[in-house]
Amino acid sequence: MAECGGVDSNTSSGHTMDKSITLPPDEIFRNLENAKRFAIDIGGSLTKLAYYSTVQHKVAKVRSFDHTAKEAACDKLYEISVQEEVTARLHFIKFENAYIETCLDFIKDHLVNTETKVIKATGGGAHKFKELIEKKLGLKVDKEDEMTCLIKGCNFVLKNIPHEAFVYAKHADSEFRFQTTNPDIFPYLLVNIGSGVSIVKVESEDKFERIGGSSIGGGTFWGLGALLTKTKRFDELLQLASKGQHTSVDMLVKDIYGGSYGCLGLTGDLIASSFGKSATADKEFSKEDMAKSLLHMISNDIGQLACLYAKLHNLSRVYFGGFFIRGHPVTMHTITYSINFFTKGEVQALFLRHEGYLGAIGAFLKGAEEDNPNQYSWGENYAGSSGLMSVSPEMNPMQRARSGTFPFDMLEMDRLERQLVNLPLLQDPSSYIPDTVDLTEDAPAREYWLYCFEDALDGVVKRALASQPDMPEAAVRAEKFRQKYLHKLQTLRHQPFAYGSLTVRSLLDTREHCLNEFNFPDPYSKIKERENDVALRYYQKAVKALEELSCEDRQFALVRGVLAGNVFDWGAKAVSDVLESDPEFGFEEAKRQLEERPWLVDSYDQWLERLKGPPHKCALFFVDNSGVDIILGVMPFVRELLSRGTEVVLASNSGPALNDVTNGELQILTERIAAMDPVIQAGLREDRLTLVQSGSSSPCLDLSRLDKVLAMVVRERQTDLVIIEGMGRAIHTNYYAMLSCESLKMAVIKNSWLADRLGGKLFSVVFKYEVPAGRPDQDDAALTP
Amino acid sequence: MAFNGHQCDDDIVDETPSKLPRCNKEMAGYYNNEAQNEAPVSAGRAACECRTSNSTPRHRKDSVKKTRPPFPWFGMDIGGTLVKLVYFEPKDITAEEEQEEVENLKSIRRYLTSNTAYGTTGIRDVHLELQDLMLCGRTGNLHFIRFPTHDLPVFLQMGRNKHFSSLHTTLCATGGGAYKFESDFRTMADLQLLKLDELDCLVRGVLYIDSVMSGGPSECYYFENPTDPDRCVQIPYPLENPYPLLLVNIGSGVSILAVYSKNNYKRVTGTSLGGGTFLGLCCLLTGCSTFEEALEIASQGESTRVDKLVRDIYGGDYERFGLPGWAVASSFGNMMFKEKRESVSKEDLARATLVTITNNIGSITRMCALNESIDRVVFVGNFLRVNTLSMKLLAYAMDYWSKGQLKALFLRHEGYFGAVGALLELLHPS
Repeated sequence: MAECGGVDSNTSSGHTMDKSITLPPDEIFRNLENAKRFAIDIGGSLTKLAYYSTVQHKVAKVRSFDHTAKEAACDKLYEISVQEEVTARLHFIKFENAYIETCLDFIKDHLVNTETKVIKATGGGAHKFKELIEKKLGLKVDKEDEMTCLIKGCNFVLKNIPHEAFVYAKHADSEFRFQTTNPDIFPYLLVNIGSGVSIVKVESEDKFERIGGSSIGGGTFWGLGALLTKTKRFDELLQLASKGQHTSVDMLVKDIYGGSYGCLGLTGDLIASSFGKSATADKEFSKEDMAKSLLHMISNDIGQLACLYAKLHNLSRVYFGGFFIRGHPVTMHTITYSINFFTKGEVQALFLRHEGYLGAIGAFLKGAEEDNPNQYSWGENYAGSSGLMSVSPEMNPMQRARSGTFPFDMLEMDRLERQLVNLPLLQDPSSYIPDTVDLTEDAPAREYWLYCFEDALDGVVKRALASQPDMPEAAVRAEKFRQKYLHKLQTLRHQPFAYGSLTVRSLLDTREHCLNEFNFPDPYSKIKERENDVALRYYQKAVKALEELSCEDRQFALVRGVLAGNVFDWGAKAVSDVLESDPEFGFEEAKRQLEERPWLVDSYDQWLERLKGPPHKCALFFVDNSGVDIILGVMPFVRELLSRGTEVVLASNSGPALNDVTNGELQILTERIAAMDPVIQAGLREDRLTLVQSGSSSPCLDLSRLDKVLAMVVRERQTDLVIIEGMGRAIHTNYYAMLSCESLKMAVIKNSWLADRLGGKLFSVVFKYEVPAGRPDQDDAALTP
Repeated sequence: MAFNGHQCDDDIVDETPSKLPRCNKEMAGYYNNEAQNEAPVSAGRAACECRTSNSTPRHRKDSVKKTRPPFPWFGMDIGGTLVKLVYFEPKDITAEEEQEEVENLKSIRRYLTSNTAYGTTGIRDVHLELQDLMLCGRTGNLHFIRFPTHDLPVFLQMGRNKHFSSLHTTLCATGGGAYKFESDFRTMADLQLLKLDELDCLVRGVLYIDSVMSGGPSECYYFENPTDPDRCVQIPYPLENPYPLLLVNIGSGVSILAVYSKNNYKRVTGTSLGGGTFLGLCCLLTGCSTFEEALEIASQGESTRVDKLVRDIYGGDYERFGLPGWAVASSFGNMMFKEKRESVSKEDLARATLVTITNNIGSITRMCALNESIDRVVFVGNFLRVNTLSMKLLAYAMDYWSKGQLKALFLRHEGYFGAVGALLELLHPS
């Protein structure tokens, strides 16, 4: 019922502290030195600890030299420096209650910060450990309402973690089907199944109401199950249930009817009366069968009530949580089944990846209200987080017995520098899915990409090491990076659902997170600089050649230029091999490699036709690589748009990823080009060429998580054309993205496996120009803020 | 028996048992205001009452006679746990009829009416008997008999021994067992069943019994002060204008119907946590074997030792959510703990089972009432038989959680409405 934190389990291994276990300091309770704002959620068997800390990170910065002085004195384009930056991180750690004392001791020993006076606490077990916590940590325990914490935590993960919610489908190819983040998370129903059930309607950040509940919940399963089967542990009861046959205990419709009850559509296998067959004194029933029957009875009952409440309050999003659910496939399955049955598929049962952390997150947020954490965007750190089912709840006792290790689960969230919002030009933000292929569901693609990333790992390690030649300990860090990422890949091979839908984007992002974790902020910084420098030398020549062409020829040459430029990509293995072996591989050579028209996807004729019409008001251009790509491919194209009278917004990454040009680098490059090119110069001066950062540090692009400033600029300029360039942004992601204005997606397929899949070959071209259905001026209307 | 469905055959005048029951439009309606006004005490609003009053036109009497099926008149409801049987015993048998009556029919009548128990498990609920009832122009008594479904073979054997099939009567049966045991009836007793939908029969039976009872002792009642043993009383409730109505039938499982008029109803939902669950769990937890036994044990127990209450968690009321301290937070929640499992009695466990099942039915019912915007709920079904505990609990739960908006009503003939509906179908095929 109202009690959500679970129950005290004096039946589990209990509170016998195992002090022989040493904690792995590199892995658990990280960054304790700077930790502040603690919160703890103690449930029936698990403790969740939360704290805020700051992380010292090396970040790569570029700074322009003063070129007006003595240019000759310096042969470098710009100065690259690695600086220390402090970023905020939230740490959440989950471990068994048995280790609570060990953990508190560890924290006390490592805690340097003395400012913290209070620890926020929630959960049913909080009072029991109050004295211990106060004694060990010297912090005052400040208890918070469980339900409030739960809801706060739930809102936080739904807003900040893409793919937080999932649908569970036991027999599908992929058991977990993750939901796309709907920007508008309210209203929703949270059904918390602790010892009892609480049904809460959440209408906004601060407004929620307990609209109902039931006394038949996890405690009923546990208590009644223990009585019936003499099995003490909740986990063991679930295991029994998963092996049983409920039909020997339950009275089914067919037991009464001999078949189905046709006119009501009640099938014969439906349970007419739970435990109906056990109404006899002279028959024995197996523990497994009784546990199964009990599980069905309780799950169906909860599902039915949840549906009745959802219907009464007209809510379609129903999340389930509480210790009854917490990562147990058995209960997720029975609840899902029940919801499907009672709503005939109209309502889906949703579960949360970080359900177990909600209370701790909420308690933490309560304590951190003065820092106003809700005004920031946060991102899950794939390097530090364990992922879904890292420790299977059923496995816990066995794991411990076997290896004597300390099982724990972690979630780390980084505070993002920018607040992230939707691109206002998405046709339907609630149905937008950035990724083109879901590797969770596509097994052959998953196999390939996991192999591909593993195969490329040596090269990445080498590159990372080479980027820090004067740091002797870099080799150790590089090796640690290798181990970490390799381990992630292995985890994903077995649990592709660990961090939500597995995608090429998530694999790339995980690699970036791991590189950052071991202080390799920008392995490509020097390569990017060198290539930028080389490309800049050719800029004027390239522009001049273009100007000599007729208007129509020039349009084609510009497009070919962007495409050829995009071939220069260290992120694609096929290309990086070429670039490695043949540094002279030139722009002209790249053009020759390009596929001849008609391209694999070819709407160039429509694009050309469109160019004969009125100029666009404003184009938003998501750029890709440094060097030839941005300088010789994109910039001439931008120049042409400006000449046509179209304003241009260039969106580049906020932080480094592979050899993608960052906003910092692009600022310098654009200034350098402006010095050579009056068109670009005028564009900048007249504010018709604007550089913005995307808010991302990924080689891919999620149009639902973009810098708030970018969104604002896009609105103000009445953007009516979006150009997305490169494989990462236009093929791995956004290939199917529907925009409310015209869009142009340009990429060269630099991966033979992918080319094969799409029916093309290496260096096939995708040129996808799309106009949304409906009249353009109607779409304009959607843009006005 | 040559029964092939409902055919009209107006040419047939006599009452030869082999002839078919007939439809007569004049007989079709339940609610006939004329009938209501003129009917004797027991007739009420039921149009099928053919009155003895002089105002009845002669031809109508004839048509009644024409369509009247031959005796014996039975209605049967074969549920998952119990078989419910209603039997109409004619009391107005003329000497002429007496002579004509075949020996088998006489023997059945005598057997049923002279006993109150049949075999070891069959029981006639004498207190429910409706006397001097007029049905299709005949006056007689309506008897209510029940026995466990697992004893159906014994019943069939008896039917065979008494040569029931020679009477060429139509046996109207409803409930799942009518389908499941249809072939057993045929092979073991040479009887052909007329299978009827159980919810149709239920609704028909409820409306009928209420109507014939309206002049006598009230069929429908509610509890006033359900939580106060000293002040708790049953108050008659006239169901004159019964619609819309939520009808909750608690048998082995539970069906919840919304009834909008006599032939407009829908099944809203159901739950598998019903009377069968109570008895099934009680048998497992306490070793008892009958419903009566389970109820007896439950009446001596204390559920609060088994359940975890709101006050067990919060020390009192959970005011933030308006939950009173006495509310159950987790049914069987205390049983998670070993020492508490060891300290509870069988009586406590039985009581907790009863409270859990009853409250859950109340909770689902309340949600359905809200969703359907109905404020009157009638609880029927054999789970409520001799189960005042559950009835009072339901009465209280409905009233408390709805803040007085919902009224829980009960009917004296609890579990027999399906069988009554089946009998009515025999007399007046719809």
